[in-house]
Amino acid sequence: MINGVAGYMYPNEVELQWSLLIVLYPYITGLVAGAFILASLERVFKVEEVRPTYRLALLTALAFLLVAPLPLQLHLGHPERSFEMYLTPHRTSAMAMFGFVYLWYLMVVLLVEIWLDYRADIVHQAQTRTGVMRWIYRALTLGSQNVSPASRRIDDKVGYVVTVIGIPSAFLLHGYVGFIFGSVKANPWWSTPLMPVVFLFSAMTSGIAAVLVIYVGSSLLRRTRIDMRCLDAVGKYLFYTFVIDFSLEMLDLVHRTYEADESFRSLDFMVHTRLFISQIVVQIFLGTLLPLGLLAATQLVRFSDAIRRRIYVGASLLTLVGIFAMRWNVVIGGQLFSKSFLGYTTYKVEFAAREGLLPALALMILPFVLLLVLVKLLPPWQEQEVTEG
Amino acid sequence: MRLLREAGHLVRVALVLAAGVVLFLIIRNAVVPKDFGRYGHFRPEALGVIRAHPVAFAGQSTCVACHDDQAKERAAGKHAHVACEACHGPQAAHVADIANVKPALPDVATLCARCHEKNAAKPKSFPQVVTAEHSGGVACNTCHKPHNPQI
Repeated sequence: MINGVAGYMYPNEVELQWSLLIVLYPYITGLVAGAFILASLERVFKVEEVRPTYRLALLTALAFLLVAPLPLQLHLGHPERSFEMYLTPHRTSAMAMFGFVYLWYLMVVLLVEIWLDYRADIVHQAQTRTGVMRWIYRALTLGSQNVSPASRRIDDKVGYVVTVIGIPSAFLLHGYVGFIFGSVKANPWWSTPLMPVVFLFSAMTSGIAAVLVIYVGSSLLRRTRIDMRCLDAVGKYLFYTFVIDFSLEMLDLVHRTYEADESFRSLDFMVHTRLFISQIVVQIFLGTLLPLGLLAATQLVRFSDAIRRRIYVGASLLTLVGIFAMRWNVVIGGQLFSKSFLGYTTYKVEFAAREGLLPALALMILPFVLLLVLVKLLPPWQEQEVTEG
Repeated sequence: MRLLREAGHLVRVALVLAAGVVLFLIIRNAVVPKDFGRYGHFRPEALGVIRAHPVAFAGQSTCVACHDDQAKERAAGKHAHVACEACHGPQAAHVADIANVKPALPDVATLCARCHEKNAAKPKSFPQVVTAEHSGGVACNTCHKPHNPQI
């Protein structure tokens, strides 16, 4: 008998092929899409309250987007050729579409939007800084130091158009990640057309929560005042998207339970045994119902600023844990049961291995290091914004 | 004209993006093998590379040509459809130099268990045992003849 395997398991199902790193991939791309959509609230939908988070959200999206493909490459191994996935995209497979989706989002949407928004600051820095930094900023101006009101108006219009294109692109990026799982027709745990939509809304939820935590954290570190109007607005949007996300997930659950097809007993058994802690306890209770209750309380009861702040941060952290658990349950859960519906295997995370816990932790810390560099290079804080002209 | 002057920086962005696309195409052209996709979604040269691999297996008919006794014994038993080299390993080198390259005898403890170790995923009709309980460490070929595995 094989250790950790119970019941009737086909030989190719005993060992999990998609590891912790493949859990990180949708988690990180979700944070990108969510952060970008929060930024677009201000830009396209004119939600003025969230303005203090606008640039921070864009930089957060960029920092996480730069890290997003690394789990995939580490998972693939062969660094000498795995980068070719960006260069050889093709339409015949959902996975091979990654190059198109990623490069479009990074190059055309995010970098252009950030550049247009920061252009006046970059030019200002190029004119005032000295030494190496001056050359870096001069390179970033692309040789144009024109920041006349007329050119800034053009930037604003073009930036608006890019954001309008960016919203469906962000939806596409994360909807695509959900599609990869949702389109695996052999796996009943994944195969549902709701998967891209569920992934999308959970992405928005986690991205908004991440930006909220980063905004509060950075304000505390910099000892600046937290704009409560902004925090209330972000908290409100977090609550709304979370309600939609939770409803969709419950809709999926109710649908599966009512339909009760041939896979149901097996999946139901798995949820009550091997996935009980990660799904029922962490994802649903700690990571969804508790933060939803906390966020709902802020909408119903009038708390003081200090308490509201703590509730928002607490709820956001729980949300981030809950969405991570959701990715875990999808990716790992989908590989724990046999297609025979009569057997179950076990996943044990390695530590200092190529796909172990250590590289996973490093990959989760890396975006914050990148964000630190980006924030130093392109400060997102409003009080440092350069006045036009 | 004035609009063009004020939007000059956008032209630069467009040029940078265009340069990016060109760079993408250049690297792509360099890394994608020549004639890729001529016969399907693979390199045509891959066929030559595979063909150039040295032959490792001698083939059933070659083994039987010399090892007639074992071939007859095997054909009479349940292992009739298991090829010689499935257990004895690839033997092309032995055929090429019969005098000097002698095949090593398989290690029965691991060889037999590879197929006959008990596993719930195997069909019930397939003979399988929990080897530790079944033989208690005694080698399989003490009781079973490998070429015709009756007792």
